Amino acid sequence: MALAVDWAGVAQQIVAGLSSGGTYATLAVALVLIYRATGVINFAQGELAMFSTFVAWTLTQHGLSYWSAFAVTVAASFAGGIALERAVIRPVEGRPVLTIAIVTIGLFFVANGAAFWIWSPEVKSMPNAFSTRPIQVAGVAFSISDLGIIGVSLLAVLLLWLFFRFTKVGLAMRAAALNPESSRLTGIRVTWTIALGWGLAAALGAVAGLMAAPPLGSFDQNFMQPILLYAFAGAVLGGIDSALGAVIGSLALGVFLNLLGTYVSWIGTDLRQAAALGVILVVLLVKPSGLLGTGIVRRV
Amino acid sequence: MKRARTTAGVLVAAAAVALVLVLPHWLSDARAAELARAGCFFIAILGLNLLTGYTGQISLGHGALMAVGAYTTAILTADHGFRDLWTIPLAGLVAMAAGFLLGLPAIRLSGLYLALATFAFGVAMPALLKKFSGLTGGSAGINLFDKALNRSTGALGSVHVLGRTVATNDFLYYLTWGIGLLLAGAAWLLVRGRVGRAFRALRDSEVAAASSGVNTAFYKTLAFGISGFYAGVGGSLFVLVSNWFVSPSTFLFDKSLLLVVGAVVGGLGSLAGMALGALFIQFMPSWADKLSSAPGAPSVFFGAAIVLVTILLPTGLGGLLAKLAEPLTRRLYTRSQEGQ
Repeated sequence: MALAVDWAGVAQQIVAGLSSGGTYATLAVALVLIYRATGVINFAQGELAMFSTFVAWTLTQHGLSYWSAFAVTVAASFAGGIALERAVIRPVEGRPVLTIAIVTIGLFFVANGAAFWIWSPEVKSMPNAFSTRPIQVAGVAFSISDLGIIGVSLLAVLLLWLFFRFTKVGLAMRAAALNPESSRLTGIRVTWTIALGWGLAAALGAVAGLMAAPPLGSFDQNFMQPILLYAFAGAVLGGIDSALGAVIGSLALGVFLNLLGTYVSWIGTDLRQAAALGVILVVLLVKPSGLLGTGIVRRV
Repeated sequence: MKRARTTAGVLVAAAAVALVLVLPHWLSDARAAELARAGCFFIAILGLNLLTGYTGQISLGHGALMAVGAYTTAILTADHGFRDLWTIPLAGLVAMAAGFLLGLPAIRLSGLYLALATFAFGVAMPALLKKFSGLTGGSAGINLFDKALNRSTGALGSVHVLGRTVATNDFLYYLTWGIGLLLAGAAWLLVRGRVGRAFRALRDSEVAAASSGVNTAFYKTLAFGISGFYAGVGGSLFVLVSNWFVSPSTFLFDKSLLLVVGAVVGGLGSLAGMALGALFIQFMPSWADKLSSAPGAPSVFFGAAIVLVTILLPTGLGGLLAKLAEPLTRRLYTRSQEGQ
């Protein structure tokens, strides 16, 4: 057997991997947002994104185009995220991290159940966001959809970065995450910055869900669960307190998973998750704070 | 005060034993079977409580440790001629070894990173069980009911113990809760002594613990090992109470999440609370089922119950129990003062 590497095929797989990685990255940044503000992994992040996607699906069923449904849903998710934080996270503010995490597990069940209740268990399908036609670049056929998803995901993350870097509210949110007590003394309403963080995270989640759903062809209420898993893994790989790390970690994970699934037949589909998590574990054991995360230094 | 609390503890334990003994007289057969399942969760949650409640290490992979125990029992009974009851301690030991291994990353990782490591273990387990089908029977699982009927206690009908005949589900109920109370007692002794002090020192400040001479790496992995033993015993019993059947889908990742929910809802750090946590994760979903059977509705009620209990009871159901028992504790305290 000759070891002829099909470079065009590899390039296609890498772009496809970046495309799913882009979806993971969007959700991973949502996880990082909430983690930095409260030190909690939001287990419900994926289900909230799923809920947003179903809202958008309903809008498209009522005649809205994909992109207008997209805009409405992202805005509604932002408001919904803030409302949710006020309703269930505010009462447990300041409690141990594990307690808050359990509340988000409760939210996971509520969001998942509510979606089944409202939208019945039949699978849905979403109109495509991008043209399904491939384009030729240097003899390699790339799918426009993949490139579009990469673009939208990166744009969403970039907008968020600009918001944090160049607006006063963004600065206040960064300050509140870094040092809540001092920020409160300077007049920042820290609990509202947390609520805002939930709103932004929910909006990002909606983007992730709306990017992930159409390429699946058909999806049901559980479609975001593996994506949440990969987003979590990507975020931790990159360093959970670094948004850039989360993006890089998620993109790397997407490419790695795709290559693994295509070229290592022993792994197959069953062991893909296990293999991905195993590799991440090894990375973490070598570098415990992730690729770009800051090591935790505590005064005792 | 310490003595009064010990006395109160002994009283509660005695009441618990008495309650466990007499309860089947008022229970239907189906209810006894459900309670037996809750007993399995109780044992696994006790282990999780030792780990998370006492040493402060989070595990999202305890469902997988239960799976290790369950498969030990199933494989030994179905393929190697063991009688099912004798495999229970063996299942505990095998899961203990798995727990030690799972604890190794804990030496280097903490908090969220440790959570991810255990999470990986929990997520990977069903896939691994399917992959190594020669040993585990693949996705079809192992059915002891067909394979090893005469070795599976109670599978042939009622059980004869000490010259008495006990209905199968009552037997399973006594078995799980009997072992559960025994292990709860063991956990109580453990956390009172030297090991328990080391565990709590780790939780409160690892640096302080290390500088007072606590071998942090040893005690961290020890906590994982002991916790694994409990989960393994719980998993082993879970095979018996699930009609002597186990498959990869018995231990999907949701079991690990449910155990964490049970431990937190029960109130981490409280042993009595763990029983309430186990009852919560066993019965809350079926109660939710009764409220409405529309698709998804039970899940909404279950999730809402988790959110409400966590918000309203900061110390969990166990904390509520302690608060309710406070008049009694205080009385004992006053009495012991008068006696002096």
